[in-house]
Amino acid sequence: MSKANLLDRRQVVSTLLANRKDAVAIGGLGASTNDMCAAGDHARNFYLWGGMGGAAMIGLGLALAQPQLPVLVITGDGEMLMGMGSLATIGLQKPPNLSIAVLDNEAYGETGGQTSHTSAAADLVGIARACGIEDSRAVTTMAEVEAFADTVHDVSAGPRFANVKIDSAGLERILPSRDGTYILNRLRRDLGFQPI
Amino acid sequence: MHARADAPDTAPTWPDDIFAALQRFDVRQVPYVPDAGHSKLIQHVLESPTMRGIPLTTEEEGVALLAGAWTGGQRGVLLMQSSGVGNCINMLSLIPILRFPFLTLVTMRGEWGEFNPWQVPMGSTTQGVFELSGVKVLRASNAAEVPAVLEAAASQAYNALTPTAVLLSQRLIGAKVFTK
Repeated sequence: MSKANLLDRRQVVSTLLANRKDAVAIGGLGASTNDMCAAGDHARNFYLWGGMGGAAMIGLGLALAQPQLPVLVITGDGEMLMGMGSLATIGLQKPPNLSIAVLDNEAYGETGGQTSHTSAAADLVGIARACGIEDSRAVTTMAEVEAFADTVHDVSAGPRFANVKIDSAGLERILPSRDGTYILNRLRRDLGFQPI
Repeated sequence: MHARADAPDTAPTWPDDIFAALQRFDVRQVPYVPDAGHSKLIQHVLESPTMRGIPLTTEEEGVALLAGAWTGGQRGVLLMQSSGVGNCINMLSLIPILRFPFLTLVTMRGEWGEFNPWQVPMGSTTQGVFELSGVKVLRASNAAEVPAVLEAAASQAYNALTPTAVLLSQRLIGAKVFTK
């Protein structure tokens, strides 16, 4: 919490989505999904309000179904830790169009700021790389965030993983829709799929 | 060491029936945690040019994966053993919230001639867990009824968005034989 030069989460997410083109963004349960909404609501935003640990796997299912579509999962360190096994599953499938950005404030911000495992021991970059996600980066500058945002659109060179160290300041909540059926069907419609 | 009772020349054909049904319903993503009872079906899936078998580290990954697959226009089916159903519980909440087609095929342990007592608690609560979570349960207890049960399950899951689990009875699969 007292570490210097940590990035601002809203600025990070705004930069990741600034030139998103056709990319789908999946926001993990917690502040990440709010950050996506704060950057501007979009038909290709998939906001999660539950299913903790599932964000990366939703990204994998979508990435495999639509291999030409850039899929970007934006989630927190706690959410990623709960779904850590999914990094092994993704490392095995190697979907080239899937990118994962973890906003790592080393804390469970939604529940009182209790420290997470990344604050002292767990190295998510090392874990992702050891699971077979070769392009796994520790991101500490906005220049690196911009570079990662560019690579998201290369659907031939993933999967890729970035762990972005952010400060743990609590921000005003910008709440997206909580209606999962609406969110999913709005996204499906934007991808050209009809209701059943 | 342990082995199934089936000799190669008496290998069951009901997994072929399941595979045929999944093909007919254009299932594309097949996440699984391996189970001996699913081994023949998994082999078919991995050899299929139209299906992608996706090994998981834990079963709840598969629930989330199917939500993503449907978002991208593909149907999937989750293969697991009864002990994996407990691992899925919180992730099953995605199904009514997002309303995506959910079909899972569960090989049962902890019933019909079980040798291993550790399988019994979760095997005994598998159906109840599904029902409490809003997933309809169908069961196949013998090879002859597998095609009809699969047809019904896939129809209601994919056509009516009715979350459905098919329990493949231990009586169908054969109790696991443990030998020294």
